[in-house]
Amino acid sequence: MRRWLEVLRDKRVLVGGGFLLLLACACFTAPLLAKLMGIDPGDVDLYHRLAGPSLAHPLGTDEIGRDLLLRLLEGGRVSLLVGIVAAMAAAGLGTAVGLLAGYRGGRLDAALMRLTDGMIALPLLPLLVVLAALDLKKLGVPASLADSEAVSLYRIILLVALVGWTTVARLVRGTTLSLKARDFVRAAVALGARPSRVMLVHILPSLASPIIVATSLAVGEIILLESVLSFLGLGVAPPLASWGNMLTGAQETIALAPQLALYPGLLIFLTVIACNFLGDGLQDALDPRAERRPA
Amino acid sequence: MVLQRSFAITPLSAGKREMTRFILIRLLQAAAVLAVMSFVVYTLIGLMPGDPIDLMISSNPHLTAADAARLKALYGLDRPLIERYFAWAKAALTGDFGYSRLYLRPALEVLLPRLGNTAVLMAASLFCAYGLALPLGIAAARKPGSAFDGAVNLLCFAGISIPSFWLALMLILIFAASLGLLPAGGIATIGDGGLADRVRHLVLPVATLTLASMGAHLRYVRAAMIETLRQDFIRTARAKGASEMGVLAGHALRNALVPVVTVLALSFGSLFSGALVTETMFAYPGMGKLIYDAILGNDFNLALAGLLLATAMVLVANIAADIAYAAIDPRISLR
Repeated sequence: MRRWLEVLRDKRVLVGGGFLLLLACACFTAPLLAKLMGIDPGDVDLYHRLAGPSLAHPLGTDEIGRDLLLRLLEGGRVSLLVGIVAAMAAAGLGTAVGLLAGYRGGRLDAALMRLTDGMIALPLLPLLVVLAALDLKKLGVPASLADSEAVSLYRIILLVALVGWTTVARLVRGTTLSLKARDFVRAAVALGARPSRVMLVHILPSLASPIIVATSLAVGEIILLESVLSFLGLGVAPPLASWGNMLTGAQETIALAPQLALYPGLLIFLTVIACNFLGDGLQDALDPRAERRPA
Repeated sequence: MVLQRSFAITPLSAGKREMTRFILIRLLQAAAVLAVMSFVVYTLIGLMPGDPIDLMISSNPHLTAADAARLKALYGLDRPLIERYFAWAKAALTGDFGYSRLYLRPALEVLLPRLGNTAVLMAASLFCAYGLALPLGIAAARKPGSAFDGAVNLLCFAGISIPSFWLALMLILIFAASLGLLPAGGIATIGDGGLADRVRHLVLPVATLTLASMGAHLRYVRAAMIETLRQDFIRTARAKGASEMGVLAGHALRNALVPVVTVLALSFGSLFSGALVTETMFAYPGMGKLIYDAILGNDFNLALAGLLLATAMVLVANIAADIAYAAIDPRISLR
């Protein structure tokens, strides 16, 4: 417990974590704010398009007259949700890969790490564009689901989780390798524990800090990936807002309303920086003996 | 992430024969990766919405259902996937990647000029990224914890965290829309196309890709230099009276480059991903934008050829970096 309190002494953890907490609070209470302001975030008002800041709309309105502040908070809710859910899925996958590779070693380790290296080395974005453009009906997804509004959300979470697990796998493998040689693990093996038990009962709990560190770094990575895919029209689909798809039309109106291009991107930037600060700070605070992560 | 390479470290330096063998093995591995990728991507492209014959029908109302069936048989679209893949692969090996639906020319003929444009963009950005990362990283590593080091560290975080498409938007907003200093997109002014004009069109795309890819490189240069400057041989070099420049450039940098090149080898894929975004933002006629347009425009032949060419390019760059890696560090044996 003391270790967890000590973490808060790190400035990066405090700033990064604090920002994310505030942002999450703002985003998830947005419906309440909308009620207070007396406007519906989905309300289209074509007479007040691209308006500047006013009392009714503190940040102005977007290209079809929706309130920009509420839209940003709605988009933040989607972006954060995708980031956190996909990062958890990626963390699960990465932990499984890293734990197996590190504990089993040998050929399996070599094969899994080749796969991880390959994932990092390949040009992933064009491949993700293909995957995002697949016809779900041809894959056997029922038409009722494939045509529903939420499908873009499920698809983007699945896609980014599929490529976001590499950081977690690397960190978990590294820690597993060093834990494997520790006395408490060797004692468990000597007492006849099965490999699955050694991995899950003895090693996994000690992996908590690298997993937490890698997951917070992965959240940033995943939010960045989601935003670019949504921007390209292949991620979260409108009318559902995400910071990425709010920027899709911004290039056309950039001379008229530069604020539309500014705010969503700035929020992505700050959120991802906060995630990276948090992950980096946690790494140093939770594992002071470990070699400092160079990237 | 901590990166390791699966090389054995022996005190023997790599011989010439060993080097040839190493390159051959890596090329064979790359060919295998490419073959697997081609099958995966071929299958995926078949799962995209729309069907080449349906697209023909929609653009030509005179086609009847019987015509469509005959066309399907003609192009072999009624045969099983594996059979179609091998027919495609056989043609592809002879350099025939089929016709592009959007450009009405052979896919390879459309791709090759674009490949050159992308190579220019990527090479210029990589050059600028290291041109900035090396001096900044070295200077920061000399005094870890100083104010300057803090600023460099912040720059690393910013570079890693910035969405490249938004950075492009902001650069367009500042330098093209507000100040009017630089063109907002394209590759050359129509009717001009001289070298100075080409360079002016390259400034913003290269700046975007440089800033978006520099963070990771800068971080590795700094970390590797800090690590190296702590070593005993640096103290020995200083004690022998080597100049500060001699210590940094001659002794430290060469050793620090080993982990840096490892990162470089793994970074070409993400550099290409960045190029796709940058090219799309600036309407720069490169491979990344072409692949994106081909996928969205149901141009299956072109998308497939483009994806494989991009992968091949990344794999070759990767091998080149691995060779450089072995050349820098003679302790690495090329098994």
